[in-house]
Amino acid sequence: MALAKRIIPCLDVDQGRVVKGVNFVGIRDAGDPVEVAKRYDEQGADEITFLDITATHEARGTTVKMVEAIAEHVFIPLTVGGGIREVEDIRRMLNAGADKVSINSAAVYNPEFVREASEKFGAQCIVVAIDAKRVAGSGVLGDAENKWEIFTHGGRKPTGIDAVEWAVKMANFGAGEILLTSMDRDGVKTGFDLGVTRAISDAVNIPVIASGGVGNLEHLAEGVQLGHADAVLAASIFHFGEYTVQEAKQHMADAGIEMRLD
Amino acid sequence: MSKVISKTCAVIDYGMGNLHSAHGALQKVAPNSNILVTSDPAKILAADHVVLPGVGAIRDCMSEIQRQEIDQVVAEVAKAKPLLGICVGLQAMMTRSEENGGIDCMNMFPGQVQYFGDNLLGDEFRDGTSDRLKVPHMGWNQVEQVAHPLWQDIKDQSRFYFVHSYFVTADDQSQVKGRGHYGKPFAAAMGQDNVFAVQFHPEKSHKNGLQLLQNFLSWDGQA
Repeated sequence: MALAKRIIPCLDVDQGRVVKGVNFVGIRDAGDPVEVAKRYDEQGADEITFLDITATHEARGTTVKMVEAIAEHVFIPLTVGGGIREVEDIRRMLNAGADKVSINSAAVYNPEFVREASEKFGAQCIVVAIDAKRVAGSGVLGDAENKWEIFTHGGRKPTGIDAVEWAVKMANFGAGEILLTSMDRDGVKTGFDLGVTRAISDAVNIPVIASGGVGNLEHLAEGVQLGHADAVLAASIFHFGEYTVQEAKQHMADAGIEMRLD
Repeated sequence: MSKVISKTCAVIDYGMGNLHSAHGALQKVAPNSNILVTSDPAKILAADHVVLPGVGAIRDCMSEIQRQEIDQVVAEVAKAKPLLGICVGLQAMMTRSEENGGIDCMNMFPGQVQYFGDNLLGDEFRDGTSDRLKVPHMGWNQVEQVAHPLWQDIKDQSRFYFVHSYFVTADDQSQVKGRGHYGKPFAAAMGQDNVFAVQFHPEKSHKNGLQLLQNFLSWDGQA
Protein backbone atom coordinates (compact mmCIF):
# COMPACT_ATOMS: atom_id res chain seq x y z
CA MET A 1 0.00 0.00 0.00
CA ALA A 2 1.68 3.15 -1.16
CA LEU A 3 1.00 6.50 -2.71
CA ALA A 4 1.04 6.27 -6.51
CA LYS A 5 3.25 8.49 -8.62
CA ARG A 6 1.13 10.60 -10.91
CA ILE A 7 0.97 11.14 -14.67
CA ILE A 8 -0.37 14.55 -15.59
CA PRO A 9 -1.17 15.33 -19.22
CA CYS A 10 -0.77 19.04 -19.85
CA LEU A 11 -2.95 21.07 -22.17
CA ASP A 12 -1.32 24.27 -23.39
CA VAL A 13 -4.24 26.34 -24.57
CA ASP A 14 -4.10 29.33 -26.89
CA GLN A 15 -7.34 31.12 -27.72
CA GLY A 16 -9.47 28.09 -27.00
CA ARG A 17 -7.35 25.43 -28.75
CA VAL A 18 -4.85 22.93 -27.37
CA VAL A 19 -1.44 23.71 -28.85
CA LYS A 20 2.11 22.57 -28.31
CA GLY A 21 5.21 24.61 -29.03
CA VAL A 22 8.84 23.55 -29.33
CA ASN A 23 11.13 25.35 -26.87
CA PHE A 24 8.18 27.61 -26.08
CA VAL A 25 7.86 28.87 -29.67
CA GLY A 26 6.35 27.34 -32.80
CA ILE A 27 2.82 26.05 -32.39
CA ARG A 28 0.97 22.92 -33.53
CA ASP A 29 -2.80 22.51 -33.11
CA ALA A 30 -3.89 19.52 -31.01
CA GLY A 31 -7.63 19.92 -30.62
CA ASP A 32 -10.53 21.09 -28.52
CA PRO A 33 -9.56 21.26 -24.81
CA VAL A 34 -12.77 19.74 -23.49
CA GLU A 35 -12.53 16.75 -25.83
CA VAL A 36 -8.83 16.30 -25.11
CA ALA A 37 -9.40 16.47 -21.34
CA LYS A 38 -12.21 13.90 -21.55
CA ARG A 39 -10.00 11.56 -23.55
CA TYR A 40 -7.20 11.74 -20.97
CA ASP A 41 -9.67 11.27 -18.13
CA GLU A 42 -10.95 8.07 -19.80
CA GLN A 43 -7.38 6.87 -20.31
CA GLY A 44 -6.71 7.10 -16.58
CA ALA A 45 -4.87 10.41 -16.20
CA ASP A 46 -4.24 11.14 -12.52
CA GLU A 47 -4.74 14.89 -12.92
CA ILE A 48 -4.95 17.36 -15.76
CA THR A 49 -3.03 20.61 -16.03
CA PHE A 50 -4.27 23.35 -18.22
CA LEU A 51 -1.92 26.22 -19.10
CA ASP A 52 -3.39 29.26 -20.76
CA ILE A 53 -0.49 30.46 -22.88
CA THR A 54 -2.29 33.44 -24.39
CA ALA A 55 -3.41 34.71 -21.03
CA THR A 56 -4.23 38.13 -22.41
CA HIS A 57 -6.95 40.02 -20.70
CA GLU A 58 -9.50 39.37 -23.48
CA ALA A 59 -8.85 35.63 -23.47
CA ARG A 60 -9.60 35.26 -19.75
CA GLY A 61 -13.32 34.80 -20.24
CA THR A 62 -12.73 32.00 -22.73
CA THR A 63 -10.48 30.23 -20.26
CA VAL A 64 -13.02 30.44 -17.44
CA LYS A 65 -15.70 28.95 -19.70
CA MET A 66 -13.36 26.17 -20.75
CA VAL A 67 -12.48 25.31 -17.17
CA GLU A 68 -16.19 25.18 -16.35
CA ALA A 69 -16.86 22.86 -19.28
CA ILE A 70 -13.99 20.54 -18.35
CA ALA A 71 -14.93 20.45 -14.66
CA GLU A 72 -18.41 19.35 -15.60
CA HIS A 73 -17.09 16.18 -17.25
CA VAL A 74 -13.84 15.37 -15.53
CA PHE A 75 -13.75 14.17 -11.91
CA ILE A 76 -10.04 14.22 -11.26
CA PRO A 77 -7.96 17.17 -10.00
CA LEU A 78 -7.62 20.04 -12.42
CA THR A 79 -4.84 22.65 -12.29
CA VAL A 80 -5.06 25.91 -14.19
CA GLY A 81 -2.12 28.22 -14.90
CA GLY A 82 -1.19 31.15 -17.08
CA GLY A 83 -1.75 34.75 -16.14
CA ILE A 84 -2.55 34.13 -12.47
CA ARG A 85 -1.47 37.47 -10.99
CA GLU A 86 -3.84 38.34 -8.19
CA VAL A 87 -6.13 36.82 -5.61
CA GLU A 88 -9.13 37.54 -7.80
CA ASP A 89 -7.63 35.43 -10.65
CA ILE A 90 -7.32 32.50 -8.26
CA ARG A 91 -10.83 32.89 -6.93
CA ARG A 92 -12.23 33.02 -10.47
CA MET A 93 -10.47 29.81 -11.52
CA LEU A 94 -11.40 27.92 -8.34
CA ASN A 95 -15.00 29.01 -8.75
CA ALA A 96 -14.94 27.80 -12.35
CA GLY A 97 -14.01 24.33 -11.07
CA ALA A 98 -10.21 24.29 -10.89
CA ASP A 99 -8.74 22.52 -7.86
CA LYS A 100 -5.35 24.19 -8.02
CA VAL A 101 -3.83 27.19 -9.71
CA SER A 102 -0.31 27.47 -10.97
CA ILE A 103 1.54 30.72 -10.32
CA ASN A 104 4.64 31.52 -12.33
CA SER A 105 5.87 35.05 -13.18
CA ALA A 106 3.72 36.72 -10.52
CA ALA A 107 5.57 34.73 -7.83
CA VAL A 108 8.90 36.04 -9.09
CA TYR A 109 7.78 39.67 -9.09
CA ASN A 110 5.97 39.41 -5.80
CA PRO A 111 6.81 36.35 -3.67
CA GLU A 112 4.40 37.61 -1.01
CA PHE A 113 1.60 36.84 -3.45
CA VAL A 114 2.31 33.13 -2.92
CA ARG A 115 2.14 33.54 0.84
CA GLU A 116 -1.09 35.50 0.60
CA ALA A 117 -2.65 32.99 -1.81
CA SER A 118 -1.65 30.04 0.35
CA GLU A 119 -3.07 31.62 3.49
CA LYS A 120 -6.29 32.53 1.74
CA PHE A 121 -7.00 29.37 -0.24
CA GLY A 122 -4.79 26.74 1.44
CA ALA A 123 -1.42 25.38 0.31
CA GLN A 124 -3.14 22.41 -1.33
CA CYS A 125 -4.34 24.56 -4.21
CA ILE A 126 -1.23 26.67 -4.79
CA VAL A 127 1.24 25.31 -7.31
CA VAL A 128 4.33 27.38 -8.04
CA ALA A 129 5.60 26.88 -11.58
CA ILE A 130 9.33 27.24 -12.10
CA ASP A 131 10.88 27.53 -15.55
CA ALA A 132 14.55 26.65 -15.12
CA LYS A 133 17.48 26.81 -17.53
CA ARG A 134 20.93 25.40 -16.88
CA VAL A 135 23.55 28.17 -16.60
CA ALA A 136 26.60 26.16 -15.44
CA GLY A 137 27.96 22.62 -15.40
CA SER A 138 27.69 19.81 -17.94
CA GLY A 139 24.07 18.99 -17.24
CA VAL A 140 25.03 15.38 -16.52
CA LEU A 141 23.23 14.01 -13.48
CA GLY A 142 25.50 14.31 -10.45
CA ASP A 143 27.80 17.05 -11.82
CA ALA A 144 28.35 19.29 -8.80
CA GLU A 145 28.98 22.26 -11.10
CA ASN A 146 25.41 22.17 -12.45
CA LYS A 147 23.44 25.33 -11.78
CA TRP A 148 20.02 26.40 -12.93
CA GLU A 149 18.43 29.81 -13.10
CA ILE A 150 14.77 30.68 -13.29
CA PHE A 151 13.31 32.47 -16.29
CA THR A 152 9.96 34.20 -16.72
CA HIS A 153 7.74 35.16 -19.65
CA GLY A 154 7.69 31.76 -21.24
CA GLY A 155 11.41 31.42 -20.87
CA ARG A 156 12.39 34.74 -22.42
CA LYS A 157 13.47 36.71 -19.35
CA PRO A 158 16.36 35.68 -17.08
CA THR A 159 16.01 36.63 -13.41
CA GLY A 160 19.39 35.82 -11.88
CA ILE A 161 17.63 33.68 -9.27
CA ASP A 162 18.97 30.20 -8.50
CA ALA A 163 16.27 27.62 -9.21
CA VAL A 164 16.92 25.36 -6.21
CA GLU A 165 17.04 28.25 -3.74
CA TRP A 166 13.88 29.63 -5.28
CA ALA A 167 12.03 26.33 -4.89
CA VAL A 168 12.97 26.15 -1.22
CA LYS A 169 11.80 29.72 -0.71
CA MET A 170 8.48 29.06 -2.45
CA ALA A 171 7.89 25.96 -0.30
CA ASN A 172 8.54 28.08 2.78
CA PHE A 173 6.12 30.70 1.50
CA GLY A 174 3.33 28.13 1.37
CA ALA A 175 3.42 26.54 -2.07
CA GLY A 176 1.75 23.13 -1.94
CA GLU A 177 3.52 21.78 -4.98
CA ILE A 178 6.23 22.73 -7.50
CA LEU A 179 5.74 22.40 -11.24
CA LEU A 180 9.27 22.35 -12.60
CA THR A 181 9.88 22.85 -16.32
CA SER A 182 13.28 22.61 -17.92
CA MET A 183 13.52 25.29 -20.59
CA ASP A 184 16.42 23.46 -22.20
CA ARG A 185 14.34 20.36 -22.67
CA ASP A 186 10.85 21.65 -23.26
CA GLY A 187 9.51 20.27 -26.52
CA VAL A 188 12.78 18.64 -27.59
CA LYS A 189 11.90 15.07 -26.51
CA THR A 190 15.27 14.06 -25.10
CA GLY A 191 14.00 13.40 -21.57
CA PHE A 192 13.65 15.48 -18.39
CA ASP A 193 16.57 17.45 -17.02
CA LEU A 194 17.07 14.90 -14.26
CA GLY A 195 19.70 17.01 -12.52
CA VAL A 196 17.49 19.96 -11.73
CA THR A 197 14.53 17.69 -11.01
CA ARG A 198 16.43 15.73 -8.40
CA ALA A 199 18.14 18.79 -6.93
CA ILE A 200 14.81 20.50 -6.32
CA SER A 201 12.84 17.40 -5.32
CA ASP A 202 15.46 16.49 -2.72
CA ALA A 203 15.63 20.07 -1.43
CA VAL A 204 11.93 20.56 -0.66
CA ASN A 205 9.37 18.61 1.35
CA ILE A 206 6.48 19.26 -1.04
CA PRO A 207 5.65 17.27 -4.18
CA VAL A 208 7.53 18.13 -7.37
CA ILE A 209 6.08 17.65 -10.86
CA ALA A 210 8.73 17.16 -13.54
CA SER A 211 8.02 18.75 -16.89
CA GLY A 212 9.76 19.41 -20.20
CA GLY A 213 11.42 16.97 -22.54
CA VAL A 214 9.42 13.76 -22.50
CA GLY A 215 9.86 11.91 -25.80
CA ASN A 216 9.20 8.32 -24.76
CA LEU A 217 7.78 6.31 -21.88
CA GLU A 218 11.14 5.49 -20.34
CA HIS A 219 11.67 9.23 -19.82
CA LEU A 220 8.64 9.23 -17.54
CA ALA A 221 10.04 6.37 -15.45
CA GLU A 222 13.43 8.11 -15.25
CA GLY A 223 11.77 11.27 -13.98
CA VAL A 224 10.56 9.38 -10.92
CA GLN A 225 13.35 6.89 -10.40
CA LEU A 226 16.34 9.10 -11.20
CA GLY A 227 14.86 12.59 -10.91
CA HIS A 228 12.93 11.75 -7.71
CA ALA A 229 9.83 13.48 -9.07
CA ASP A 230 6.49 12.84 -7.38
CA ALA A 231 4.59 13.34 -10.61
CA VAL A 232 5.47 13.62 -14.29
CA LEU A 233 3.88 15.95 -16.78
CA ALA A 234 3.82 15.51 -20.53
CA ALA A 235 1.96 16.99 -23.45
CA SER A 236 3.03 16.14 -26.99
CA ILE A 237 3.54 12.38 -26.53
CA PHE A 238 -0.14 12.16 -25.64
CA HIS A 239 -1.62 14.87 -27.88
CA PHE A 240 -0.52 13.38 -31.15
CA GLY A 241 -1.45 9.83 -30.27
CA GLU A 242 2.06 8.41 -29.91
CA TYR A 243 1.12 6.88 -26.57
CA THR A 244 -2.00 6.70 -24.43
CA VAL A 245 -1.88 7.67 -20.78
CA GLN A 246 -2.72 4.07 -19.98
CA GLU A 247 0.33 2.79 -21.87
CA ALA A 248 2.49 5.29 -20.04
CA LYS A 249 1.16 4.17 -16.66
CA GLN A 250 1.67 0.52 -17.52
CA HIS A 251 5.24 1.20 -18.59
CA MET A 252 5.98 2.95 -15.30
CA ALA A 253 4.34 0.17 -13.30
CA ASP A 254 6.43 -2.41 -15.18
CA ALA A 255 9.52 -0.40 -14.21
CA GLY A 256 8.55 -0.98 -10.57
CA ILE A 257 6.86 2.36 -9.86
CA GLU A 258 3.69 2.44 -7.78
CA MET A 259 0.90 3.56 -10.14
CA ARG A 260 -2.88 3.78 -10.15
CA LEU A 261 -3.98 1.28 -12.75
CA ASP A 262 -7.60 0.53 -11.77
CA MET B 1 -25.77 -1.11 -8.54
CA SER B 2 -26.98 1.26 -5.85
CA LYS B 3 -30.12 3.25 -6.56
CA VAL B 4 -30.22 6.91 -5.55
CA ILE B 5 -32.97 7.59 -3.00
CA SER B 6 -32.02 11.15 -2.09
CA LYS B 7 -34.48 13.74 -3.38
CA THR B 8 -32.53 16.57 -1.82
CA CYS B 9 -28.90 16.61 -0.72
CA ALA B 10 -27.47 19.62 1.08
CA VAL B 11 -23.76 20.41 0.80
CA ILE B 12 -23.01 22.61 3.79
CA ASP B 13 -21.38 25.88 2.74
CA TYR B 14 -19.69 27.59 5.67
CA GLY B 15 -17.37 29.67 3.55
CA MET B 16 -14.41 27.30 3.49
CA GLY B 17 -13.41 26.71 -0.08
CA ASN B 18 -14.89 25.87 -3.34
CA LEU B 19 -17.83 23.47 -3.38
CA HIS B 20 -18.17 23.42 -7.14
CA SER B 21 -16.53 19.99 -7.45
CA ALA B 22 -18.58 18.35 -4.71
CA HIS B 23 -21.76 19.79 -6.15
CA GLY B 24 -20.86 18.76 -9.69
CA ALA B 25 -19.95 15.20 -8.75
CA LEU B 26 -23.11 14.67 -6.67
CA GLN B 27 -25.24 16.08 -9.48
CA LYS B 28 -23.47 13.79 -11.95
CA VAL B 29 -24.38 10.62 -10.01
CA ALA B 30 -27.87 11.87 -9.13
CA PRO B 31 -29.11 13.92 -12.10
CA ASN B 32 -32.70 13.84 -10.81
CA SER B 33 -31.88 14.91 -7.26
CA ASN B 34 -31.80 18.44 -5.98
CA ILE B 35 -28.21 19.13 -4.87
CA LEU B 36 -28.07 22.32 -2.79
CA VAL B 37 -25.01 24.23 -1.68
CA THR B 38 -26.26 26.10 1.36
CA SER B 39 -25.54 27.47 4.81
CA ASP B 40 -29.24 27.79 5.70
CA PRO B 41 -29.99 25.53 8.72
CA ALA B 42 -33.61 25.10 7.64
CA LYS B 43 -32.60 23.80 4.21
CA ILE B 44 -29.91 21.57 5.66
CA LEU B 45 -32.33 20.07 8.19
CA ALA B 46 -34.96 19.54 5.48
CA ALA B 47 -32.59 17.63 3.16
CA ASP B 48 -32.56 13.82 2.89
CA HIS B 49 -28.77 13.61 2.78
CA VAL B 50 -26.15 16.05 4.07
CA VAL B 51 -22.49 16.53 3.11
CA LEU B 52 -19.98 18.36 5.32
CA PRO B 53 -16.96 19.30 3.18
CA GLY B 54 -13.92 21.26 4.25
CA VAL B 55 -10.60 22.53 2.98
CA GLY B 56 -7.85 24.67 4.42
CA ALA B 57 -6.75 25.08 8.00
CA ILE B 58 -8.74 23.56 10.86
CA ARG B 59 -8.71 26.76 12.94
CA ASP B 60 -10.54 28.67 10.22
CA CYS B 61 -12.93 25.77 9.58
CA MET B 62 -13.83 25.31 13.25
CA SER B 63 -14.22 29.01 13.88
CA GLU B 64 -16.64 29.34 10.94
CA ILE B 65 -18.49 26.15 11.98
CA GLN B 66 -18.95 27.60 15.47
CA ARG B 67 -19.68 31.17 14.40
CA GLN B 68 -22.41 30.05 12.02
CA GLU B 69 -23.62 27.41 14.51
CA ILE B 70 -23.06 24.72 11.89
CA ASP B 71 -21.95 22.43 14.72
CA GLN B 72 -25.47 22.45 16.14
CA VAL B 73 -26.99 21.77 12.73
CA VAL B 74 -24.53 18.93 12.12
CA ALA B 75 -25.31 17.43 15.54
CA GLU B 76 -28.99 17.52 14.68
CA VAL B 77 -28.41 15.93 11.26
CA ALA B 78 -26.22 13.25 12.85
CA LYS B 79 -29.14 12.08 14.99
CA ALA B 80 -31.08 10.78 12.01
CA LYS B 81 -29.96 11.52 8.46
CA PRO B 82 -27.16 10.07 6.33
CA LEU B 83 -24.24 12.46 6.77
CA LEU B 84 -20.98 12.40 4.81
CA GLY B 85 -17.86 14.27 5.95
CA ILE B 86 -15.12 14.97 3.40
CA CYS B 87 -11.45 15.78 4.11
CA VAL B 88 -11.32 18.56 6.72
CA GLY B 89 -15.02 17.77 7.23
CA LEU B 90 -13.84 14.44 8.67
CA GLN B 91 -11.14 16.11 10.76
CA ALA B 92 -13.71 18.55 12.17
CA MET B 93 -15.70 15.53 13.40
CA MET B 94 -12.79 14.28 15.54
CA THR B 95 -12.08 15.27 19.15
CA ARG B 96 -9.08 17.50 18.58
CA SER B 97 -6.55 18.52 15.95
CA GLU B 98 -2.98 19.52 16.70
CA GLU B 99 -2.98 21.88 13.68
CA ASN B 100 -2.69 25.63 14.44
CA GLY B 101 -1.35 24.90 17.92
CA GLY B 102 -4.27 22.68 18.93
CA ILE B 103 -7.95 23.11 18.10
CA ASP B 104 -10.94 21.44 19.72
CA CYS B 105 -13.26 19.89 17.14
CA MET B 106 -16.81 18.51 17.21
CA ASN B 107 -15.96 15.23 18.97
CA MET B 108 -18.42 13.12 16.99
CA PHE B 109 -15.70 10.47 16.65
CA PRO B 110 -13.31 10.15 19.59
CA GLY B 111 -9.80 10.53 18.24
CA GLN B 112 -6.99 12.86 17.25
CA VAL B 113 -5.75 14.69 14.17
CA GLN B 114 -1.95 14.87 13.94
CA TYR B 115 0.74 16.17 11.56
CA PHE B 116 2.37 13.59 9.28
CA GLY B 117 5.86 14.82 10.15
CA ASP B 118 8.84 15.79 8.04
CA ASN B 119 10.79 12.56 8.08
CA LEU B 120 8.55 9.99 6.48
CA LEU B 121 10.33 7.33 4.45
CA GLY B 122 8.90 5.28 1.60
CA ASP B 123 10.20 2.84 -1.01
CA GLU B 124 13.71 2.70 -2.44
CA PHE B 125 14.58 4.37 -5.73
CA ARG B 126 16.60 2.78 -8.53
CA ASP B 127 19.73 4.44 -7.12
CA GLY B 128 19.26 2.83 -3.72
CA THR B 129 18.30 6.01 -1.86
CA SER B 130 14.99 5.99 -0.07
CA ASP B 131 11.95 7.89 -1.24
CA ARG B 132 11.33 10.67 1.26
CA LEU B 133 7.58 11.00 1.54
CA LYS B 134 6.48 14.56 0.92
CA VAL B 135 3.87 16.41 2.93
CA PRO B 136 1.08 17.06 2.01
CA HIS B 137 0.14 13.47 1.25
CA MET B 138 -1.03 14.34 -2.25
CA GLY B 139 -2.28 11.90 -4.84
CA TRP B 140 -3.87 8.51 -5.27
CA ASN B 141 -3.52 6.04 -2.43
CA GLN B 142 -5.17 2.75 -1.59
CA VAL B 143 -7.82 2.24 1.04
CA GLU B 144 -8.27 -1.03 2.86
CA GLN B 145 -12.01 -1.30 3.33
CA VAL B 146 -13.96 -2.41 6.36
CA ALA B 147 -17.38 -3.74 5.35
CA HIS B 148 -19.85 -0.86 4.98
CA PRO B 149 -22.68 -0.05 2.52
CA LEU B 150 -20.71 2.95 1.16
CA TRP B 151 -18.08 0.62 -0.32
CA GLN B 152 -20.63 -1.22 -2.45
CA ASP B 153 -19.36 -1.98 -5.99
CA ILE B 154 -15.90 -0.57 -5.14
CA LYS B 155 -13.04 -3.07 -5.08
CA ASP B 156 -11.12 -3.37 -1.83
CA GLN B 157 -7.73 -1.55 -2.02
CA SER B 158 -9.05 0.83 -4.67
CA ARG B 159 -7.28 4.17 -4.93
CA PHE B 160 -8.74 7.54 -4.00
CA TYR B 161 -7.35 11.08 -4.31
CA PHE B 162 -5.94 12.50 -1.07
CA VAL B 163 -4.59 15.96 -0.22
CA HIS B 164 -3.80 16.44 3.46
CA SER B 165 -0.95 17.12 5.86
CA TYR B 166 -2.77 16.01 9.02
CA PHE B 167 -4.11 12.51 9.62
CA VAL B 168 -6.80 10.94 11.79
CA THR B 169 -6.34 8.26 14.42
CA ALA B 170 -9.43 6.81 16.09
CA ASP B 171 -9.78 5.89 19.74
CA ASP B 172 -12.42 3.30 18.87
CA GLN B 173 -11.06 1.02 16.14
CA SER B 174 -14.55 -0.29 15.39
CA GLN B 175 -15.35 3.15 13.92
CA VAL B 176 -12.57 2.87 11.33
CA LYS B 177 -14.22 1.93 8.04
CA GLY B 178 -11.20 2.42 5.78
CA ARG B 179 -7.49 2.18 6.53
CA GLY B 180 -4.81 4.17 4.74
CA HIS B 181 -1.02 4.16 5.00
CA TYR B 182 1.49 6.92 4.29
CA GLY B 183 4.67 6.33 6.20
CA LYS B 184 2.33 5.43 9.04
CA PRO B 185 -1.19 4.02 9.30
CA PHE B 186 -4.13 6.44 9.42
CA ALA B 187 -7.92 6.36 9.26
CA ALA B 188 -9.05 7.00 5.67
CA ALA B 189 -12.73 6.52 6.54
CA MET B 190 -14.71 6.65 9.77
CA GLY B 191 -18.28 5.56 10.36
CA GLN B 192 -20.85 5.17 13.07
CA ASP B 193 -24.55 4.53 12.48
CA ASN B 194 -25.75 7.08 9.88
CA VAL B 195 -22.52 9.09 9.78
CA PHE B 196 -19.66 8.34 7.37
CA ALA B 197 -16.59 10.46 6.77
CA VAL B 198 -13.60 10.16 4.47
CA GLN B 199 -10.16 11.76 4.40
CA PHE B 200 -9.91 11.56 0.60
CA HIS B 201 -11.87 13.55 -1.99
CA PRO B 202 -14.52 11.30 -3.58
CA GLU B 203 -15.52 14.19 -5.85
CA LYS B 204 -12.00 14.08 -7.36
CA SER B 205 -11.53 10.31 -7.31
CA HIS B 206 -12.87 9.42 -10.74
CA LYS B 207 -15.06 6.29 -10.97
CA ASN B 208 -14.41 5.00 -7.46
CA GLY B 209 -15.22 8.38 -5.97
CA LEU B 210 -18.38 8.83 -8.00
CA GLN B 211 -19.47 5.32 -6.97
CA LEU B 212 -18.97 6.20 -3.31
CA LEU B 213 -21.05 9.36 -3.72
CA GLN B 214 -23.76 7.38 -5.48
CA ASN B 215 -23.68 4.82 -2.66
CA PHE B 216 -24.07 7.65 -0.17
CA LEU B 217 -27.11 9.11 -1.94
CA SER B 218 -28.54 5.58 -2.07
CA TRP B 219 -27.92 4.96 1.61
CA ASP B 220 -30.71 4.87 4.18
CA GLY B 221 -28.22 5.42 7.00
CA GLN B 222 -28.28 1.86 8.26
CA ALA B 223 -24.78 0.53 8.85
